[in-house]
Amino acid sequence: MSRANILRVIVVCLLLTLVLQPEWFEPVFAPFSPSGAPVIYTRASLLSLSLSHLGIVALASVAAIIVAVLLAILVTRPRGQAFLPLSRTIANMGQTFPPVAVLALAVPMLGFGAGPTLVALFLYGILPIFENTMTGLSTLPPATMEAARGIGLSRRQRLLQVELPLALPLILTGIRLSVVIAIGTATIGSTVAARTLGEVIIAGLLTNNTSYVLQGGIIVGLFAILIYDVLTQLEAHFQKRLGGSRTTV
Amino acid sequence: MIEIDNITKVYDGRAAVDSVSMTIESATITAIVGTSGSGKSTLLRMINRLVEPTSGEVRINGELTTDLEKNALRRRIGYAIQGHGLFPHHTVARNIGAVPQLLGWSKDKISDRINELLNLFSMPPEEFRDRYPAELSGGQQQRVGVARALASRPDLLLMDEPFGALDPIIRTRAQADLHRIQRTLGSTILLVTHDMEEAIQLGDQVAVMDQGRLVQHGTPADIITSPATRFVAEMVGGVDRPLRLLSLLPLSEIVEAGEAEGPPINDQASLRDALSVCLGSGRNTLPVERDGALIGRVTLEAIRSRAEGTHEPR
Amino acid sequence: MPNRTSSFFSRPGLLFAVLGLVALLAPFVTLAANRIVAGVGVPVWDIAAANTTIPGLAVLLAGLALGLPAALPKLRLLGATVGVAALVWLLMQGSTSLLEGAGPYARVSLGSGFWCLLAILLLLAADALSALSPGPLMRAGLLVAAIIALVLVLWSGALADLSIYREYISRHDAFFDAAQRHLGLAFGSLMVAAITGFPLGVFCHHNEGLRGSVLPVLSFLQTIPSLAMFGIMIPLLAWVSSTIPGAKELGVAGIGFLPAFLALVIYSLLPVVANTVAGLEATPPVTLDAARGMGMTRQQRLIQVQLPLGLPVMLAGLRIVLVQNIGLAVIAGLIGGGGFGTFVFQGLNQTATDLILLGALPTVTLALISAITMDILVELTRPNSVRHG
Ligand SMILES: Nc1ncnc2c1ncn2[C@@H]1O[C@H](COP(=O)(O)OP(=O)(O)OP(=O)(O)O)[C@@H](O)[C@H]1O
Ligand SMILES: [Mg+2]
Repeated sequence: MSRANILRVIVVCLLLTLVLQPEWFEPVFAPFSPSGAPVIYTRASLLSLSLSHLGIVALASVAAIIVAVLLAILVTRPRGQAFLPLSRTIANMGQTFPPVAVLALAVPMLGFGAGPTLVALFLYGILPIFENTMTGLSTLPPATMEAARGIGLSRRQRLLQVELPLALPLILTGIRLSVVIAIGTATIGSTVAARTLGEVIIAGLLTNNTSYVLQGGIIVGLFAILIYDVLTQLEAHFQKRLGGSRTTV
Repeated sequence: MIEIDNITKVYDGRAAVDSVSMTIESATITAIVGTSGSGKSTLLRMINRLVEPTSGEVRINGELTTDLEKNALRRRIGYAIQGHGLFPHHTVARNIGAVPQLLGWSKDKISDRINELLNLFSMPPEEFRDRYPAELSGGQQQRVGVARALASRPDLLLMDEPFGALDPIIRTRAQADLHRIQRTLGSTILLVTHDMEEAIQLGDQVAVMDQGRLVQHGTPADIITSPATRFVAEMVGGVDRPLRLLSLLPLSEIVEAGEAEGPPINDQASLRDALSVCLGSGRNTLPVERDGALIGRVTLEAIRSRAEGTHEPR
Repeated sequence: MPNRTSSFFSRPGLLFAVLGLVALLAPFVTLAANRIVAGVGVPVWDIAAANTTIPGLAVLLAGLALGLPAALPKLRLLGATVGVAALVWLLMQGSTSLLEGAGPYARVSLGSGFWCLLAILLLLAADALSALSPGPLMRAGLLVAAIIALVLVLWSGALADLSIYREYISRHDAFFDAAQRHLGLAFGSLMVAAITGFPLGVFCHHNEGLRGSVLPVLSFLQTIPSLAMFGIMIPLLAWVSSTIPGAKELGVAGIGFLPAFLALVIYSLLPVVANTVAGLEATPPVTLDAARGMGMTRQQRLIQVQLPLGLPVMLAGLRIVLVQNIGLAVIAGLIGGGGFGTFVFQGLNQTATDLILLGALPTVTLALISAITMDILVELTRPNSVRHG
């Protein structure tokens, strides 16, 4: 087993114990708690918070992927070409909106709870995927596209058999950026009463209990790293199949 | 004079350049030819120590290159490469003045030198000095690249496929320019190419490389008439060989007394040109002139017998 | 298939016009009895007497209509400007007339209709601008003009009857403190990150081994959720302040500005270092070969060739950092670090929408202005961009 794989196994085991058997870590975290205060977060099970956290991220991300890829396909077709420059501006400028601001602005419209978090993650998640898919679909090698037309593929066949597969590594990069941001931003969702791991961190902030902050932070961080790693591997896999001719951002 | 003495470069256990020795006379052009990967660039780059030899040595005018500080050595040697390598963020003037600036020349001296070089390459300074490389055509970029290599008046100029990226017409013109400039400045040029035609046209000497070894080193005529190996013969090309040879010979060698019909041909033209005129105009004899005065004639028969000596592949 | 109509009319323009008409049906503003309760939506034609709404609406519609002709981007930009002016004017008139006789605590807030129309007009402007593709200097001019217009409208007090403006008035001093703090956090951390990250990037460029260990560590730090990062800084600095002699006197403390500042610096390091490395590697290999071949020393190559050519990439890194930090600084509000986040989280606690907006809108505006400015700088540092642009 390579060193990277050993590291992966260690990270997964660490994460699982942190979530399933947090009390095993009591001696580790104890120095960070004020004396007398509880060391391990017990107000809710870390497993259910993790699942809820990942669920919100997954739901928002799947919706964002579908919408972003469809929109990017639309604006790169001849009929939607007129929207391409505008789409680029929106994708570029939209990403400057701070995720926290998007979250806070969703609250007046949707009230507290998981709703605003879902919407904010969804809206914010669209942009990186949209931008990368658009780039992927509009910078295909001209010779390949010419050949695809030349052998008589219909528009739909070209899209499904040539364009999307070639753009896939870039699309995956967009998804990776989007999902990793979503995992971090979801923690802030707890400030508007969404059930995520942010709850643990906020409880720590409110009671000056650093071990809560560490627990929440480490679990979220490890999830982010694992997902980042999986998506990077996936990208590398597809990139290799394409001969590594196109670089990802 | 440059002496390359038994020089070798080993990459990952494989010799990219394998014990090459050769001597290059001053004020000549030597063309190094060979297929891709035969070690031409590596050989060239060992002269200005962009690549350090595994063994062997190079002497320029008797002085070992390793006795000099690397950068000082490079500033004394002009270097021009395929794709020109111009600095995209500097103007033409600043690009050409790069080495003089490194050498600490005065501003005025650099400026004069830039104008002089631009004029030499028929690019009016007032028009081109302040342009950026992106605002030049491929041929112009390449000329600026060569001008930059010549800027500090180096005695030695190394060129790695300088014309590789040019289209055939511009390429021919650039070759002619280089030839003219080399003759006026009297510089020593070592030029890498994978095009035998270019090597024969430009080189006073041609060095053929194959798999890291120097397989033949001689005048173009030597290379054509007596290729040392099958590989060299292939490079020279079986069918074209007589024509290539004819293109090297000036008409003046076979002018005979007598008269002929039709417009005359200059005695500096090559035999190949004369053959072409004969075939094109359907004549068997052409009048020959020098400085506007008729000096004799050349016959198709004479051209043919001159070419015959070459047509026996070994 | 494209036909005559679609080549005369800009497709986005048509879409904006249709969406604009739909948005007119949505509540333009909301009227509430006080700042906490939910308001009642008021459609645009009811916000004031017909003799003010009709001209305002006419100009607004004219603006949308000017956005239609595809071949005339300047006219479309004018349309967007006129439309935004009409929006502001309607708001001015509407807020004043609605508050007349509506009780002392009544509040007029911006409604979904207004936001949609504003967004549509801004998108129209963006679309027109992308067709004009102005050079960097022109863009800078437009940006300055837009900022001046915004400041003038706010400073004139024309919108003083809006609820968000009242929130601002009652927190006038706190607002400018927060602004100062927010800018201090975002730009200060950017500067510290640039000063430390840039040399680190240069070292990483020269030293493969260092790069292999520094970049993964920085990427790892980047994955720590911001909330946790801010949370960890508090006890860390409290510990430093209490154990290291002299630290407390220097102002190191576990609360306030410093923990937030430090967290932002840590987040900034990856983009700065990674983009410095990428920038230094952006020089084409032939150019570098030529530089070596003409006898430039390593330092000369770095300063005369690699740095100028890599500058756009390095600045792009700073753009990422700046935009990211302006957004992340909001979270400082949650741990007592100050900045606009204070209003956002206060607003969330009190469910006072306009207070949230008072924190969120300046943040968004700041981020947009920084992003556009940095984009202009990136373009200006690209070799000979002015001449091509
Ligand atoms: N830095 C290097 N590391 C490892 N191998 C190298 C390196 N540079 C060159 N080589 C190898 O040395 C051999 C000769 O390379 P060189 O560049 O000198 O060839 P060339 O004759 O200039 O070819 P071309 O016409 O394609 O430019 C090649 O097999 C090449 O792969
Ligand atoms: Mg070569």
